[in-house]
Amino acid sequence: MTSSSMPKGVAQPLPKPREPQPRGAVIRGNKPVNQSEAADRFIAAAEHQKMHDERLWTLRQNRDRIAHSLDEWEEMRELASRIKQHTLSHLDQYLEEFEANARAHGIHVHWAADGAEHNRIVHGILADHGAKTLIKSKSMLTEECGLRHYLNGVGIEVVETDLGERIQQLDNEDPSHVVVPAVHKMRADVAQVFSKTIGTDPHNDDIHYLAEQQREKTRPLILNADAGMTGCNFAVAETGSFVVCTNEGNADLSSNVPPLHIASIGIEKLIPKIEHLGVFVRLLSRSALGSPITQYTSHFRAPRTGGEMHIVLVDNGRTERLGMEEFWTSLKCIRCGACMNTCPVYRRSGGLSYGATYSGPIGIILDPTFNRRKYSALPFASTMNGSCTNVCPVKINIHEQIFAWRKVMAENHEIPLMKQAMMKAAGEVLSSPAVYRAAIAVADSALRTLPRFLVYNRLNTWTKQREMPEAPRETFHTWWKQNRMNSKKADRQ
Amino acid sequence: MSARDAILARIRTNRPAGQHDLPTVPDFTKPWPQGTSAKFVEMLEMMGGTILEQDSSGDLLKPVRDRLAQSPCVCSAVPEIEGEVELDLVGAPRDLADVDVAVVRAAFAVAETGSILVTENELRVNSLAYLAQHLVVLLDPADIVDSTQHAYMKPEFHSAHYACFHSGPSATADIEGVLIRGAQGVRSLTVALVPRGYRFEASAA
Amino acid sequence: MRVGLFVPCYMDAFEPEVGVATLELLERFGCQVDYPFDQTCCGQPMTNTGCHKEAAATEALFVKNFADYDYVVAPSGSCVHQVREHLTAVEQTEAVRRVRERTFELTEFLHDILQVEAFPWAEFPHKVGIHYNCNSLRGIGLAQASEVNKPFYSKPLDLLKKVKGIEFVQPARWDECCGFGGTFCVFEPGVSAKMGYDKVRDHAQAGAEYIVSADSSCLMHQKGCAERIGLPLRFIHIAQILNGATA
Repeated sequence: MTSSSMPKGVAQPLPKPREPQPRGAVIRGNKPVNQSEAADRFIAAAEHQKMHDERLWTLRQNRDRIAHSLDEWEEMRELASRIKQHTLSHLDQYLEEFEANARAHGIHVHWAADGAEHNRIVHGILADHGAKTLIKSKSMLTEECGLRHYLNGVGIEVVETDLGERIQQLDNEDPSHVVVPAVHKMRADVAQVFSKTIGTDPHNDDIHYLAEQQREKTRPLILNADAGMTGCNFAVAETGSFVVCTNEGNADLSSNVPPLHIASIGIEKLIPKIEHLGVFVRLLSRSALGSPITQYTSHFRAPRTGGEMHIVLVDNGRTERLGMEEFWTSLKCIRCGACMNTCPVYRRSGGLSYGATYSGPIGIILDPTFNRRKYSALPFASTMNGSCTNVCPVKINIHEQIFAWRKVMAENHEIPLMKQAMMKAAGEVLSSPAVYRAAIAVADSALRTLPRFLVYNRLNTWTKQREMPEAPRETFHTWWKQNRMNSKKADRQ
Repeated sequence: MSARDAILARIRTNRPAGQHDLPTVPDFTKPWPQGTSAKFVEMLEMMGGTILEQDSSGDLLKPVRDRLAQSPCVCSAVPEIEGEVELDLVGAPRDLADVDVAVVRAAFAVAETGSILVTENELRVNSLAYLAQHLVVLLDPADIVDSTQHAYMKPEFHSAHYACFHSGPSATADIEGVLIRGAQGVRSLTVALVPRGYRFEASAA
Repeated sequence: MRVGLFVPCYMDAFEPEVGVATLELLERFGCQVDYPFDQTCCGQPMTNTGCHKEAAATEALFVKNFADYDYVVAPSGSCVHQVREHLTAVEQTEAVRRVRERTFELTEFLHDILQVEAFPWAEFPHKVGIHYNCNSLRGIGLAQASEVNKPFYSKPLDLLKKVKGIEFVQPARWDECCGFGGTFCVFEPGVSAKMGYDKVRDHAQAGAEYIVSADSSCLMHQKGCAERIGLPLRFIHIAQILNGATA
């Protein structure tokens, strides 16, 4: 039925209302981020949650397919883990070697103790060149440092060139995943963001259209930028060179078009030799996306003729983490996102529910080192199922570190008082045989006799979404006592 | 104390305990059953690239010229092909913004991943391979190595200022996982298997 | 051989019939099975929540109860994982070490120690989906998880294959966590339930009539979820099938 055949005066049926994009965790200063609350809202946005879960599970399946096609896969993970552990335990030596080689090739090397210093250094370099516009490719480190916010504050315009990062930047929202920053958004969400910011047609949510619009509108910004910035996936000590992996080629644009290239490099990105790239480059994209390599793998060893290149080596808590016996191996992370893709909690919660730069399993074990109180609930946003540990290309024992963080939180009273009290009470009951037997007898009979509304209420979270198990006639203890205990006694007489 | 000194000092203080030796990395490369060139073509296509097939003329460069014939603006970095834009006259990287098709020769290629490598020597102006809308790559089949590990044994990583593996065209799947080719970089990457120093000798009729 | 039977606290309270089936099954194979009456719990509720100090006394009691057996067998992989990997709040004496080494989950005990060849009394003519508790799967290696590039194996499957009439169906995400996660189901109920609904729907669409597992904690959670969304699935512990339960 076309509109021309509709009788005049009859209203058109309203288009199906767009499910609003669920927003991330509510941040209240330093108060512990309530991941569970944000996760519930994500689940309530059923279309978003379904797309998110299926999309990331597909990445996990792609990863499995390609990992299972390489006989040497598990051996490579072990090699990558050992190379990283060796490098981290000799990090001072490798950093010095890296710096010496980079400087010898004409790269300026700066060191930043923390995010604030990193931002000041970057600002300084830009100011020295009179740079007012900066294009950049994706860097979780710059997210960690809050670089964009800082630069905006000092009048420097920053343009993210990665499509996912650009969407998030324009929406004033953090990236939700280390590899696919806008994976939580549906096309209609992107259409809305773009129509408000870069002037696209609000009714056109065709993905090819949206991507082409971003390409076309970003291109002049790239051509006219005063400076370009990239992150770094691997920094090679042997040659003083660093490697950036992208699928869009935006790191190559950001570094090769403007006259000035700045690279932010976390000190844990070091690897000893070029030959080790033959392990890490082979693991990275297979783990992240299930493809053998990213579309672009860029190696920077010296500035181009007529260009200038700066590196900022950043600590921001990494050296402190190095000294944590149970957690230092989290520094092996190569930011592939495989742990997020496999995590059943992450896929159903969305990365923004963690309220931190890093989300998912790796986020749970990193974020408390940035702010233990604020992220004290995150180690409990996990079932500790161990899938993350199995997919990690550098064999970080993520789920075991999550377990260890729970102990840290409990010992430092960073878990809710009620929880701690419950556990203390449980410990007392469970360590006393007679008290325990009495307690389960009561629980059992309570289940059998209490009216439904007393069992199914707001305080009993089990029953919010599940039926209770039926109460059996007797406990095992009771059964044993009645059926076997006396006969055992008789046997022994 | 400078940040550098403070960072290095903290690393020394916090050095993890235990023996953490650097392992020897074995070469996992195995010969491809279908042969190196065939594997390269298979992977190139899997990554979204295209192989330019030979035509009946027998001239390996003719399909390349045919591909370029309709293009409004060609920029060639190779002696075998001529284009509208003269690379030697390019002042700033952004001056290549209007290039439609760029033609370069690969330093070498990798069968395992369908990648070609270019450095500043092949590109002459680095931005060429990224500002062009399409990229055509001449590749000598003798320059294809079997694996990523073998690729990293090549001298370019110790001598070039800039070296980049291109594995198919620019791509993204950032919105709902839908694959887009031509995200920020080239919309297509086409490889023509043309040996170095190739010159077509027409056979006598 | 003298076997000490450990019946997990939640099984003691809610599923004693699984404890009975375990006992009978072990006795069928000639084990002399004893049930230390003063047993309570492995300590997992506390350690799972990071409260290790609060678990110490419970762990000590566990060791005291089970110090004198050749094997300690429990019909719960997650409890066995806790004992073998995380019974560390208590001082690590020789007695503690011995108990930790000798504690086995029922399936691995039947498969690896007793090396059972047949269950002639068992018949279960139904379509079953196997559920693997994550601690059992990745913690104590009851089967090979799908992420890992190593040859597949499954001890529960090996045993269940010997049951007459049984038919296996596999859900699409056969080793994705079901969301029970111990105290996770209480403290993150929304995500836990969503994972549970997804899990039971997956088994249902694969055609399962029953979901069988070596861990009834997961099954309790899945049963609660299935009932809430009206799926007619039934749930059974592997001990019950192997012991000859009929539907």
